[in-house]
Amino acid sequence: MNVSTSRKSVVGAALIAVLALTLSACGGSSNTASSDSTIDCSTGTIKASGSTAQKNAIAEWVNAYQSACPGATVNYQAVGSSAGVTDFINKQTAFAGSDSVLKPEDQIKADERCTDSEAIHIPMVGGAITLAYNVAGVDSLTLTPDVIAGIFNNSITKWNDPKIKAINEGVTLPNATIAQFHRSDGSGTTDNFTKYLTAAAPKVWKLSNAKEWKAEGGQGAKGNDGVAAAIKSTDNAIGYVELSFAQDAELKVAKVDNGGGAVEPNADTAAAAIGKAVGEIVDNENNIKLKINYTLKDANTYPIVLLTYEITCQKGLTGTDLALTKSFLTYSASDAAQAQLVEIGYVPITGDLLTSVRKSVSSIA
Amino acid sequence: MTTLINPEAPVGAPLGKSSRPRDALFAGISRGSGIVVLIVMGAIGVFLLWKALPALSANTASFLTTSPWFPDDAQPKFGIAALAFGTLLSSVIAMVIAVPVGIGVALYTAHYAPRRFAPTLGYIVDLLAAVPSIIFGLWGLQILMPNSIGLWRWLDDHFGFIPLFSNEQNIYTRSIALAAVVLAIMILPTVSAISREVFAQVPPGHIEAALALGATRWETMRTAVFPFARPGMVSAAMLGLGRALGETIAVALILSATFKINWQVTEPGGNTFAANIALKWNEAGTIGLGALIASGLVLYVITFAVNMAARLVVERRRDFSGAN
Repeated sequence: MNVSTSRKSVVGAALIAVLALTLSACGGSSNTASSDSTIDCSTGTIKASGSTAQKNAIAEWVNAYQSACPGATVNYQAVGSSAGVTDFINKQTAFAGSDSVLKPEDQIKADERCTDSEAIHIPMVGGAITLAYNVAGVDSLTLTPDVIAGIFNNSITKWNDPKIKAINEGVTLPNATIAQFHRSDGSGTTDNFTKYLTAAAPKVWKLSNAKEWKAEGGQGAKGNDGVAAAIKSTDNAIGYVELSFAQDAELKVAKVDNGGGAVEPNADTAAAAIGKAVGEIVDNENNIKLKINYTLKDANTYPIVLLTYEITCQKGLTGTDLALTKSFLTYSASDAAQAQLVEIGYVPITGDLLTSVRKSVSSIA
Repeated sequence: MTTLINPEAPVGAPLGKSSRPRDALFAGISRGSGIVVLIVMGAIGVFLLWKALPALSANTASFLTTSPWFPDDAQPKFGIAALAFGTLLSSVIAMVIAVPVGIGVALYTAHYAPRRFAPTLGYIVDLLAAVPSIIFGLWGLQILMPNSIGLWRWLDDHFGFIPLFSNEQNIYTRSIALAAVVLAIMILPTVSAISREVFAQVPPGHIEAALALGATRWETMRTAVFPFARPGMVSAAMLGLGRALGETIAVALILSATFKINWQVTEPGGNTFAANIALKWNEAGTIGLGALIASGLVLYVITFAVNMAARLVVERRRDFSGAN
């Protein structure tokens, strides 16, 4: 008897520890349930799934939406973009969250799922990928695309490499080996980061882009939180993590100079880059597939950004799925909801793009 | 747990032939249960194969001898060479650490420890089995990794002439060796609990006879306890190995996850089947999912082979064990 109870209590304690860790990992979901009177509420339950990158943003919105709209439940499972798209195609969910636009063959399947209409992309959550570092005595660091690519393909291995020194005059860089961290799991962050390297540093980065890390050298860690923790606990470390994770771990982040001056990553500078993304598809203006321009040289524009979409049916949803999806996405595209993103380290959609997003949401029927 | 030692179940023919209806019913139910298990096992195998085939046929590289894992490229290229290497190497190192310690703990609790103290010690070791593996992973990452760097560096400095311990990168974190130590602690309770059960079953007569003949404590262990318990110790080790082969999240958190065959176990890198599936599943595309399932199929076969090998060893040794 004693044994079984003590076993249980150990398991219980362990579970509590796990819960505490999970909660702290989710950090930032500050219950800002400002009962927004402007929400056009709907009721019922819908399921959605997909991207882990937008997990905290959706969680924040679901909190606010559900507390303003009693009787409504939005159940978003962060299972990953690919799994989310599969769930949506199999009619398990009302919308999918995805880090990237559908491949042509998936677009065809998704259109079939939407019976006689089109599955549309609605860009809803932006993010910035920062180069977070932990080097004692270095409080300001500027990097160029070629240097970033050099660090991550292991051709630059020392912090006092002449190439880094040349762009950081006045900064004392130690004669230490760079401890480079990347993601060990498949991830949209890696995909977007390597897209940036491919576009902005084509002479140094030859590996193209992928969700898996392909370069040699460095160390892999699991998840944005894993990479952030690894940088924090390792001297002379650098790695790429999304802005919110760098903020939560209180890491120093490098400025990036794409050729138009060093730019600090924050919600404003990243929003500027996302606002300059251009449409890829023109046949249906409500299906907003965007191409991010990673080589922007504009002032106050941080170039390493990512964009996540909600994918749903323009027509073809029915009943609760239709009403609640439209109501929830309308709220997500509101000024209040987009402003919430900034507080938790995401990047809002702004300007003309936000106008098109709202038009796209209102076209759901 | 003792089924491995005495697998001859005294059922079968007499039950089937019984004329009494209740016996017939019972025989039918137990036969049915047995068949269900076989069907489930078979169905898992068929399911894995069916899901894996499209990916395997799309693969542009040899599945068995390729190391990199890039199934979602335009030209899918993936193989299990590095995964199989990392899985087996980390598990074998874990065994090398855990089996002697586990058997030592079992021997101490069963035959050396004071009577009042022994059960408590046994329970404490068993409690390790109740700790969720993510806790082991986080402990390995946050406590063991920073505190073990000195040990790995010492091994590199003094035994670096052995390829296993040399470290050219001079980075001593997120290595196969670290994962193996965590795995060893995780399989320790399995090894020690089963060995303890087996040691406790040694007939007191054997031990008393050895002592009466003037054997020392250690000679008693060698001549009376070990021969009797050897098959049980082998099964304990193999069950531990089975757990180490399939351990997922602790390894996924710790390893740096590279797809290279590298004998330098203290360098960052390495990967295992289960960890790779956990790391890649979420964002895998169509081919990627099939490829991961194919790797799962290989793990299934390896685990199956390990268990079969364990049974063979136990069968062969039984005649000499002095048991029965």
